[in-house]
Amino acid sequence: MSNLRKTALFLLLLMFAIPIGQALAAELVVYSARKEHLIKPLFEAYTQETGTEITYVTDKAGPLLQRLKAEGKNTRADLLITVDAGNLWHAANEGVLQKVDSNVLNANVPANLRDPNNNWFGLSLRARTIVYSTERVTPEELSTYEALGDDVWNKRLLLRTSKKVYNQSLVAMLIAEHGEKKAAEIVESWVANLAAAPFSNDTKTMEAILAGQGDVAIVNTYYFGRLLKKNPDLKLALYWPNQNSTGVHVNVSGAGVTKYAKNSEAAIKFLEWLSSEKAQNLFADANMEYPVNPNVEAHEYVKAWGTFKASDQNLADAGALQSDAIKLMDRAGYR
Amino acid sequence: MTDSIRQCGVAARAATSRLLKPSGWQIVTGLVAVLIIVPLSVLLLAWLDPAWDIWQHLRETLLATLLFNSLKLIIGVGTGTLLLGVSLAWLTGACDFPGRKIFSWALLLPLAMPTYVLAFVFLGLFDFTGPVQTQLRQWFGNGIWVPDIRSAFGVVIVMSLALYPYVYLLARNAFQTQGKRGLEAAESLGCTPVSGFFRVVLPMARPWIAGGATLVLMETMADFGAVSIFNFDTFTTAIYKAWFGFFSLPAAAQLSSLLVVLVFIFILIEQRMRSRMRFSQSRITARAERIDLHGWKRYAATGYALSVLLIAFLLPALQLLIWTLNIFSEEFDKRYIELLGHSLGLGLAAALLITSVALLLAYAGRRHRDRLTSNLVRLATLGYALPGTVLAVGIFIPLAGLDNLLIDTARSLFGIELPPLLQGTIAVMLIAYLVRFMAAGFKPIDSAMHRVTGNIDEASRLMGLRGLRLLTKIHLPMLRGGLLTALTLVFVDVMKEMPITLMTRPFGWDTLAVKIFELTSEGEWERAALPSLTLLLTGLIPIVLLMRGADK
Repeated sequence: MSNLRKTALFLLLLMFAIPIGQALAAELVVYSARKEHLIKPLFEAYTQETGTEITYVTDKAGPLLQRLKAEGKNTRADLLITVDAGNLWHAANEGVLQKVDSNVLNANVPANLRDPNNNWFGLSLRARTIVYSTERVTPEELSTYEALGDDVWNKRLLLRTSKKVYNQSLVAMLIAEHGEKKAAEIVESWVANLAAAPFSNDTKTMEAILAGQGDVAIVNTYYFGRLLKKNPDLKLALYWPNQNSTGVHVNVSGAGVTKYAKNSEAAIKFLEWLSSEKAQNLFADANMEYPVNPNVEAHEYVKAWGTFKASDQNLADAGALQSDAIKLMDRAGYR
Repeated sequence: MTDSIRQCGVAARAATSRLLKPSGWQIVTGLVAVLIIVPLSVLLLAWLDPAWDIWQHLRETLLATLLFNSLKLIIGVGTGTLLLGVSLAWLTGACDFPGRKIFSWALLLPLAMPTYVLAFVFLGLFDFTGPVQTQLRQWFGNGIWVPDIRSAFGVVIVMSLALYPYVYLLARNAFQTQGKRGLEAAESLGCTPVSGFFRVVLPMARPWIAGGATLVLMETMADFGAVSIFNFDTFTTAIYKAWFGFFSLPAAAQLSSLLVVLVFIFILIEQRMRSRMRFSQSRITARAERIDLHGWKRYAATGYALSVLLIAFLLPALQLLIWTLNIFSEEFDKRYIELLGHSLGLGLAAALLITSVALLLAYAGRRHRDRLTSNLVRLATLGYALPGTVLAVGIFIPLAGLDNLLIDTARSLFGIELPPLLQGTIAVMLIAYLVRFMAAGFKPIDSAMHRVTGNIDEASRLMGLRGLRLLTKIHLPMLRGGLLTALTLVFVDVMKEMPITLMTRPFGWDTLAVKIFELTSEGEWERAALPSLTLLLTGLIPIVLLMRGADK
């Protein structure tokens, strides 16, 4: 019996021991909503270069934000990495990030891809653009996001669910450009043209075009890239819309230093490194995205999809208008 | 006469003991109930700040559809799992047909298949782009009509196939011991086999079936994975929209609290309805004789069991295997061994802890039939009905608060800087699982408890057995099936669990479920096949052990 008790006591101690050991070792603690297989190579490269040990935990953006709020000033996180400008904006809005004044970051990250108050910085860029069937559509038939609501596309348009933040950001930007009334008309015209109920993800949406369920869709570039990699003869192509007006809708994955960071200097250094020419390709290429740093070129594979004019609207607007965008899509019956 | 006197005596004793000194059982029940009451109150506190704008928006746009959709799911999945679970349990538990021995455990295998995996594979096979419809279009042209799989119909099928094992497992426990005898008794009283089944056999298995159905109902209401893959809007999708879209945790918590109330009412009604019934078995240990099926019925039974197994398990497992083979070389590394170790360890530890506590609860509920205790017991199982992510926050907020209190106290009293002590400890993870999965441990044991009649207790007491010794000497052997079932359910559930694991795990300490989450949330379903398949195979171990243990 006493042996059993000893074992139990030992196990109990062990259960509490893990985080304390880590707390002593960590020089930089990261909360990340960008997935492990995309960020881990960067952490390793940075540790190798600078010797700084990085500890991290991944989760969805919403729970991570709640976690930071609940931990308050005793949080162990120094840096929050997440995808989508909407999520970054909300993190700043909830007051869990701090302002960072860094000439390096200001020079490396274009102004529209970072927070106007420098609470967060975009680190990789993805375009949400039009994809079409090369068998049934010619690029000349396409022009703008707005025009996907035209009668020619009746029963030919496919969309991903409005519950995905990428579409919420897209519609938020439409509201920023056109105002709420016009944006609502555009979304309603899309819904009227749908050839099938919205899909749960971009890949499924593109596979539906391949199967002939529809002819055009709006997707993130890297999902297209992944499909193309698997099947080089893909009967799909990207189209860059709104080239004569506002430009292609872009979004970022990015990061901000937490308000109560214990190692804020180390966090800023790491952020600067991530935006540098050295790291940008590592960051973007892992997910077939575009670097935000204008001095860094995208991977050959990504460049092959063509060049485009991107929207220069500040991405912070996407966050501020996200709620309005969701309500608008709900009213328009866009599931 | 003597009965009523004894009842008076019992009631009086219970009343005084409640007032003067709560028994050990009640204290344990109280403690467990507090564990679930704390996160629930965090969610209920959200009502202090009612998010009327979001409620109004939902009411104007989606609410009616959402409620209707949820209702369709509850009725559909409830019916589906009852039909599948009870019929299969009857066939394998009380009848004999070719392959029965294999089917009796194989039909449990879908338990190890996470609902979201089944949903994804199912959609991949049967949607417009899938091989089935593509083939149909090739044969019959584009005009051919097929039912829309991304609809209530499709979700109900998938969830029924994924969840029927809960009903099957519990109902089988009942039928197995009942065997031929119930039906024979009914027939001797002039029933046909069919009416005998519905009038005698089924009602006798009711506590077990109801226990399984309650678990199914709670899972259905809390499910987010399967419905989001089908893009089917339910009450749970609204909860997620409120949180991840509107960034209003209060609104999400308010919506969730309604779910809790609904489930509580359901449990109350169910228990009221059967409270006047007694489910004793005269000879529990005797091996029941099976009903031999004859002629075409034998093969019909085999065919039926085989097709369920095929659709619910073999096909999706095959798909996972094919994907795994495609990506194995690029995805596999030695970290998988570590992930597997973590998943196994967590599952085992949680299964042991939760089953033990569930046993104490079930026992407390049996010893003390007063309203307070039974309500506490009901409360303690409610965590199963909440969407995992919402419960995870409900757990995390008080936890972080406690940590902050510790840190601040240490700083002001002793001037030392402590790191957070509780967060990210395995101990806290296990307690969080306890809050979430109490129902999965409790229901099987509670159902089995109905077998232990008052007479047995009295006889044991006459022989001088009381308290813990009564439990270990008399009850535990009788509850064996229920305990094994509880262990298996909790083990498999914990291994599949995502949101709580994500939020409470230590830094850099991942499990198979975390890996699946990482890959699937990036749409990398093929790469997720490797951790999914590993999870599936690991989940099979306790299931096979369970069946061997139960058939002894």
